[in-house]
Amino acid sequence: MNRYPLWKYILVAVALVFGLVYTLPNFFGESPAVQVSSAKVTLKVDDKTRERVAKTLQAAGIESNGLFLDSNGVKVRLPSADSQLQAKDLLEKQFNPDPSDPHYVVALNLLSSSPQWLTRLHALPMYLGLDLRGGVHFLLQVDMKGAATKRLDSISADLRSLLRDKTVRHAGITREGDRVVIRFRDNDTRSKARILLEDSQSDLLLADQGEGEDLKLVATLKPEAIKRIQEFAVRQNMTTLHNRINELGVAEPVIAQQGADRIVVQLPGVQDTAKAKDILGRTATLEIRMVDDTPGALEAAQAGQAPFGTEMYVERGGMALLVKKQVVLTGDRLTDAQPGFDNQTHEPAVHLTLDSAGARIFKDITRDNVGKRMAIVLIEKGKGEVVTAPVIRAEIGGGRVQISGRMSTMEANDTALLLRAGSLAAPMEIIEERAIGPSLGAENIQKGFHSTMWGFTAIAVFMIAYYALFGLVSVIALAANLLFLVALLSLLQATLTLPGIAAIALALGMAIDANVLINERIREELRNGSSPQAAIHTGYERAFGTILDSNITTLIAGVALLIFGSGPVRGFAVVHCLGILTSLFSAVVVSRAMINLFYGRRRKVESLAIGQVWKPGNTATAAVK
Amino acid sequence: MEFFRIRKDIPFMRHALVFNVISLLTFLLAVFFLFSRGLHLSVEFTGGTLIELNYAQAADLEKVRDGLGKAGYSDFSVQNFGSSQDLLIRLPLKADQNTTKIGESVMEALNAEAPGATLRRVEFVGPQVGRELAENGALALLLVVIGIVLYLSFRFEWRFSVSAIIANLHDVIIILGFFAFFQWEFSLSVLAAVLAVLGYSVNESVVVFDRVRETFRKVRGLTTPQVLDHAITSTISRTIITHGCTQMMVLSMLLFGGETLHYFALALTIGICFGIYSSVLVASPLVMWLGVSREQFIRPKKQIEGANDEGAVV
Repeated sequence: MNRYPLWKYILVAVALVFGLVYTLPNFFGESPAVQVSSAKVTLKVDDKTRERVAKTLQAAGIESNGLFLDSNGVKVRLPSADSQLQAKDLLEKQFNPDPSDPHYVVALNLLSSSPQWLTRLHALPMYLGLDLRGGVHFLLQVDMKGAATKRLDSISADLRSLLRDKTVRHAGITREGDRVVIRFRDNDTRSKARILLEDSQSDLLLADQGEGEDLKLVATLKPEAIKRIQEFAVRQNMTTLHNRINELGVAEPVIAQQGADRIVVQLPGVQDTAKAKDILGRTATLEIRMVDDTPGALEAAQAGQAPFGTEMYVERGGMALLVKKQVVLTGDRLTDAQPGFDNQTHEPAVHLTLDSAGARIFKDITRDNVGKRMAIVLIEKGKGEVVTAPVIRAEIGGGRVQISGRMSTMEANDTALLLRAGSLAAPMEIIEERAIGPSLGAENIQKGFHSTMWGFTAIAVFMIAYYALFGLVSVIALAANLLFLVALLSLLQATLTLPGIAAIALALGMAIDANVLINERIREELRNGSSPQAAIHTGYERAFGTILDSNITTLIAGVALLIFGSGPVRGFAVVHCLGILTSLFSAVVVSRAMINLFYGRRRKVESLAIGQVWKPGNTATAAVK
Repeated sequence: MEFFRIRKDIPFMRHALVFNVISLLTFLLAVFFLFSRGLHLSVEFTGGTLIELNYAQAADLEKVRDGLGKAGYSDFSVQNFGSSQDLLIRLPLKADQNTTKIGESVMEALNAEAPGATLRRVEFVGPQVGRELAENGALALLLVVIGIVLYLSFRFEWRFSVSAIIANLHDVIIILGFFAFFQWEFSLSVLAAVLAVLGYSVNESVVVFDRVRETFRKVRGLTTPQVLDHAITSTISRTIITHGCTQMMVLSMLLFGGETLHYFALALTIGICFGIYSSVLVASPLVMWLGVSREQFIRPKKQIEGANDEGAVV
């Protein structure tokens, strides 16, 4: 009765092998590396970059232990910290000849030194949280009200010009809090305006108010419009942050949305919080200027004599451009930029939306400059870059601008991103900040590791002393539990924090409960006179119901923490929940497999090595039969 | 080895009233301290700035305080953190302060009075985060309570689920009472520990209740207190051993885990000790007084003698 079918043994074996393989990378430690990634959204790091890195290092005689390309960029593994610094300096010089205008991020990094075959199986070491590896963490709150207000301001400007264009006379348009109020003197005009607005402004909810001479039309944003504006604001702010953080040269920055209106920024390895904050808080501006296409002017500028009132810029494609210094429009007038397709030709295109004032200026400019080129310049840190320089084909009114032609979908996406990235859609504020020194991180790992190790040792010694062979089996099952837990954490690449390590320790401390339940139950069966084989069978059978019940209640607490917890608590909760699941398997199935292997095959079992089983009235300390 | 050589069932229920009075007193005491002293909430909840410094030699707290005072800080606290070389400075939240430069300005202030410090950690938490954390903590607690009550009502009976949750909430209040009385710092990880303990000690009650159900079904002619006594006695060795093992792990965290895990482990320790007590000596009498009886576990029809068709139980 205590035999498992073959498939169960195979299942246990497969699980153990799986656990071993995915736990393995954690033992290899990390080796120094240099990472080259793109500093610009539009610049892709590809095989060519990889070859260039290889050649550069070869030429300087720096040996590398491996060079590969992944989604983050080109990574070079180096034998020592010295050669890591050398390689970094060399690559920095090669890839960013002009330090004031970096095209690439060259950063120091640490790579797992586990063998290739493990990496190919996606067996990676656990992803350590900032409290274990050191770095800075920011939680930024996006001012959602600010985003909506900004939009309302531009809407009221739009309304003003709309009503004027259609010669609807009003007595003033003002923004009052989160609504726009338009005053009218008579009812007819108000109805006319209302019809007009309903047609042209789909984002607005309109309501009539006021009596007699003082008639009002109150416009508020529809809830879905507010939601859209806010989602857009968070997305745009994240894009902007991404671009800026690239400059810090962080190997693996994390920029993620948290909840509806928050952004988490984590910069592992960064110690200089002041600089990080400076960069996060900076603003960039977007300018539209005209291109000077006068024949000969560009050549003169390249020779060092730019005509008066013009500046040289390099377009993204690498083409030189001569751009007039006079600014036609600034990015404030741009309310949106989205990639899309041309309605007629179905070519990829970028759709820009300008506010009403911008639209008017744009209309004038395009009317006067048909056939000429205009340049859209992104200015950050006082340095400009031409994002795109399209030719004006016709007069464009209405504030909806489309840039198309000779563009791939990818390029359209990038351009839209860049146009939006210029500035923050809504103000942001740092509401939480954490900076952890690298030595503290290493200490935290040590402490977590020691607590787990000594706790485990104490439990192991006790269990083996108290339950003999069954204790040993329980300890092995507990070790298997640890193995599964670490393997799962490595596989899921869940962030491991110090509370997470505490959760691992606690999970082990709680998981032993299942084995204690089983062993106690078996002893009890023996005490009641069952045969050894029957005792094992009923012991496991009956303990299972209890184990399930008690684990589910613990799991309920874990899930609640997972739902409502944030930051360190969530790290705890993830490990806690996973630990409960793995312990169910290891305590019941793995330990039973071992017991079955040991006892189940024997024809006659005289006694079980489960320590002394005491019976009332039996004063001798003999082992039970 | 066999620690528990119990010949007869221990008459726990005879003293049920005494235990319940003790529980009630501890509970009231905990509530009293919670209200009179309040919890010493960490920066995570209150908002503010936390700075951890490390000196090469033992740090001079007075000089550090002087330095901060001269730089215009008030209401701050400076204390050793784990060792005499490590310092923890807490600064309250101020509306007019430029939080983005606080780490640097504190370092500047200290360089004048007590130089040689290295910045180990800076934590700044804005006011809105704290309020939200407290709300989420309360919601999590509520969800755990509802979840456990529902699950136990489904698996057992409402009497069991009600007494289990009362017994364990009583644990939670007592842990909080300890934190209030000693003014230990109540941080996010302590909150996590409290919720984990809640799930864990309900565990304990479940094991006892499983036995109660089994005994009701299998043995005839016992009174309810006798059944409870039997259930507790036959699970007591498992209870002590399991909790002992978990406690060994927690103790190891308390000893080796350093300052960061200190209060986490402390909350768990209290939770584990009171968890044993409450599930055995609070939950069981409650079940008895709520009127549990054999009839509730015997299905009226299709009862086959001796068969255990309700699934496995311990």
